[in-house]
Amino acid sequence: MLHIPLWKRVVIWGLVLFGLAYALPNAFYGRVESHNDAVAAIETQGETPERAAAASGWPDWMPSSLVNLGLDLRGGAHLLAEVQVADVYEDRMDGYWPEIRDALRDARDEVGTIRRQDAAPGTLSIQISRPEAMGRALEIVRGLASPVASLSNAGARDIEVAGQGDTLTVQLSEAEKQATDDRTIRQSLEIIRRRVDEVGTREPTIQRQGADRILIQVPGIGSAAELKDLIGTTAQLTFNPVVSRTTNPDAAPGPRNSLLSSMDEEGVYYVIEDTPVVTGEQLTDSQPSFDQNGRPAVTFRFNPQGARAFGDYTAQNIGSPFAIVLDDEVISAPRINDHIPGGSGIITGDFSIDESTELAILLRAGALPAELSFLEERTIGPELGQDSIEAGRIACIVAFVAVLALMWASYGLFGFFANVALILNVGLLFGLLSMIGATLTLPGIAGIVLTIGMAVDANVLIFERIREELKTARGPARAIELGYDRALSAIIDANITTFIIAVILFLLGSGPVRGFAVTLGLGIVTSVFTAIYVTRLIVVTWFERRRPKTIEV
Amino acid sequence: MRLKFVPDETNYDFFKYRYATFGVSVVAMVLSLIIWLTVGLNFGIDFRGGTTIRTQSTEAVDVGAYRDAIAPLELGDVAISEVFDPSFGEDRNVAMLRIQAQGEEESITAETIAEVEAALQEVDPSITFPSVESVGPKVSGELIQTAFLAVGASLAAILIYIWLRFEWQFSVGAVAALFHDVVLTIGIFSLLQIRFDLATIAALLTIIGYSINDTVVIFDRLRENLIKYKQRALQDVMNLSVNETLSRTIMTSGTTLIALIALLVLGGDVIRGFVFAITWGVVVGTYSSVYVAKNIVLWLGVKRDWSKDSSGPGDKGNQFANIDA
Repeated sequence: MLHIPLWKRVVIWGLVLFGLAYALPNAFYGRVESHNDAVAAIETQGETPERAAAASGWPDWMPSSLVNLGLDLRGGAHLLAEVQVADVYEDRMDGYWPEIRDALRDARDEVGTIRRQDAAPGTLSIQISRPEAMGRALEIVRGLASPVASLSNAGARDIEVAGQGDTLTVQLSEAEKQATDDRTIRQSLEIIRRRVDEVGTREPTIQRQGADRILIQVPGIGSAAELKDLIGTTAQLTFNPVVSRTTNPDAAPGPRNSLLSSMDEEGVYYVIEDTPVVTGEQLTDSQPSFDQNGRPAVTFRFNPQGARAFGDYTAQNIGSPFAIVLDDEVISAPRINDHIPGGSGIITGDFSIDESTELAILLRAGALPAELSFLEERTIGPELGQDSIEAGRIACIVAFVAVLALMWASYGLFGFFANVALILNVGLLFGLLSMIGATLTLPGIAGIVLTIGMAVDANVLIFERIREELKTARGPARAIELGYDRALSAIIDANITTFIIAVILFLLGSGPVRGFAVTLGLGIVTSVFTAIYVTRLIVVTWFERRRPKTIEV
Repeated sequence: MRLKFVPDETNYDFFKYRYATFGVSVVAMVLSLIIWLTVGLNFGIDFRGGTTIRTQSTEAVDVGAYRDAIAPLELGDVAISEVFDPSFGEDRNVAMLRIQAQGEEESITAETIAEVEAALQEVDPSITFPSVESVGPKVSGELIQTAFLAVGASLAAILIYIWLRFEWQFSVGAVAALFHDVVLTIGIFSLLQIRFDLATIAALLTIIGYSINDTVVIFDRLRENLIKYKQRALQDVMNLSVNETLSRTIMTSGTTLIALIALLVLGGDVIRGFVFAITWGVVVGTYSSVYVAKNIVLWLGVKRDWSKDSSGPGDKGNQFANIDA
C-alpha cells in the first residue's frame, strides 16, 4: 500500500542533496565571497599568492554561487534616471544644418538667399527670400532625407519637412525619433556602465526600465550623490572657436554663438561659436597627467578623423584662441601657437588631482548623449543594512525554534518528521535562491520567515487528515495513504492561489518588493515539494522499518 | 502527550451569530472607509514623492531643535519623528525626517540634502545619516497606479481561479472576504497613521494570498462534504466543514503568527510596518474565511449535485430549491 518505488526515493533524496549543496556556500558567506572574488581576479589580472590563498578557501568542485544581498542589506546607492531623449533631437538638427544649407545654397538661383532662424528645440527653421520657390526648396530638402535605420519602421524617412509662407521647417519624423530614442538609451546605458565599472565596485545593476529610464544600483558606494556626480555629468567635451572674451555676463553673443563662463577665471566670459571644431566623441584616450609646471592636467588623443579636423583648424587659425568646453563651461582658452598635427594635446586648468583623474575617466568613457534627470534616489548606509541582517537573522532563528517546538508538541513523532522537512525546506529555499542568483532583500527575509510559518501548513493539512482517517480507515497504513491523497487537492488549490499572488507581485513590483515575491514564490515551491514528497518518504520509510500496529498523529 | 488547541471532535455552530458577525464585518468595513476618507492614509514617499532622511545619533533626539535647524532652509512641509525599537539601546537614537518634494521631476537636489545634513550636524555633531531616500513626484504617481493595478489584478486572478476550480458563488464569497481584509487593513493603517508605502502594498497582496489560502482549504472540504452528504442542509454541511478544518486553521494561523510576532518584535524598525500589516492580515484573514466567505456562499447558495456536470437551466432551479430546504 505505502509503496514508493526505489527510483522515486533516489530522485527525491537526490534533489534534496542537490539543493542543500547549493545552499551550503551561504553558510560560509565571507569565505566563499572572497573565493569568488579571487577566482575572478586571477582570471582577469593573473595570480598572486594572496589571491591563490583566498581562492583555496573554498573547494572548486563545490557550488560557489551565493544569494546576492540587496542594497537594503548591503548598503549602497540606487538611482532611477530618466534620459532626456529630446536633447538629442536638437543635436541631430544642428548636424543637419550644414548639409541643408549647402544644398539650398547650390540652388540659390531658384530659392534665393537663405537664413536660419531661431526655433523651438529640435526644429530647424529656415527663411528663404523667394517664397514662391517654396515648392522647389521643399523638394531639395526632402531629397536629403534618408531611410530610418530600424526594422519596425521600414520605408519611413528620417526627417519631416514643411513649408509655410517663406519659412521652411525641418524636424525629425516620429519613426526617426523612436529609433533615435532607442539608440540614445542604449548608448547612455553603455556609457553609464563604463563609468561605473571604472570605479570598480562589486556587482552593479544597470538596467533599462520602460521606454526612457535607467535603473542603477551600486552596492558599496558611499552615497547616491556621489554616484550621481559620477554618472550624471554629461561630459560633453568640445573644442570651439572663440569669438571674443568679455567680463560682461549679459553680453549679447550674436546668432549661433554662446556666452559661456570660464572655469578658472572669476568673472570672465567667452563668446564662442556653437559649432565645434572637434568633439569628445572623436577622443580615443585620455589620461590624468601634469603640465610643465607640475599642475594636474589631462592629456587626450583624437582619432584620425578628429586629428585631421583639429590639425586643419590649428593650421588655419594660428594666433587666435580656441576654447576647450566641458558641459557649457570653458575649461581654458589657449592661443594657438602653432599647427598641431599629431591629434594629441593636454588640457590644463584649475584642477585638483582628483578632478583631473575624474575628468580623464569621464572623457575616456565617452559623453552621455543626453542629460539625465534623477527621478528616484536612495542611499542606504552599510551599518543600517548590517543591522537589518542581524535583526532578520535573530527573528528567523526565534521563529524557527518556536515553530519547531509547536509542531513537535502538537504532532509528536510526525511533528518531528515535519520539522525535518521544514529545516530541509529552508535549506532548499536558499539553494534555489543561490542557483538562480536571486537577490535577498529585507522584505525577502520577511518572506522567508513567513514561509517558515506557512510551510507547515501543507503538513498540518496532511496530519489533520491522517488523524481523521485513523478514526474510520482500516489500519494505519491505509490512513496515512488516504491522508496524503485527500489532503492533496486542498494543498494544491491553496498554494496555487498564493503562487498567483507571488507572480503578480514579481511582475508589478520593483526592488525590495520583487525580492519578497521571489522568496515567497520559491518558498511555496519548496514547501509543497517537501510536504508532498519528502515528509511522505520519511513517514513511509519509518513505517516500513517499524510496522507499527497503531499510530498516533 | 499532545498539545491540542482544539478538541478532537468539535461541533461549534459557526452560523449561530451569523447576522451579528456579518454585521460586525460590515460596520468595521464602513468605519474603515470613513477613517480612510476623513483621516486619510499616511503615504510614504513612494506614493507622494519627497525625501526621507534617517538620522542616528548617540545624543537624545530633540525633534524641536531639528525642526528649528531646518526651518531656515524653507523646504515646505517637513515631518520629523523619533523612531523607537527595543534593540536600539541607550546610545542609538534614531529619527526620520520627511521633506516634501521640491521639484516636479527630481524630488531634491544633492545640495539641499547636504544643507539639511550640515544644519543637523550643527545641532548634534555626533549625528549620522544611515539612509537617505528620495522619490520624485513623477514616479510616485506611477507607483500608486501600479499598486492599485497589483491589488486589482490579484483579486481578479483569484476570482477567476476559484471560479474555475469551484463555483462562481465560492469565487464571489472568497473575493468578498479578501476585499474585507484589504479594506480593514487600509482602515487600521489610516487609524494608526502607520506609513503606507510600496512595502505595505506587498503586505496587502500577501494578506490576500494568506487569506485565500485559508478560505480555499475550507471550501475544498465543503466541496468534499457536499458530495458526501447530499441530503443535509447547506448550513449544516458548512458547519461540519468548518469544524473539521478548525484544528488545521488554528494550527496554521498559530505557526504563522508565531513566526510573524518574532519578526515584529525582533526584526527591526525598518520593516515593522510591513510585518504589522501581514500580522494584522493573518488575524483578519482567518476570521474572514470563516465568517465572511462562508456567509456569502450560504446566501448565494450552491449547486448540490456534484456528481453531474453543471450547466443547464434545470440545474439552477434545483439550486434554489435546496436553499429553501
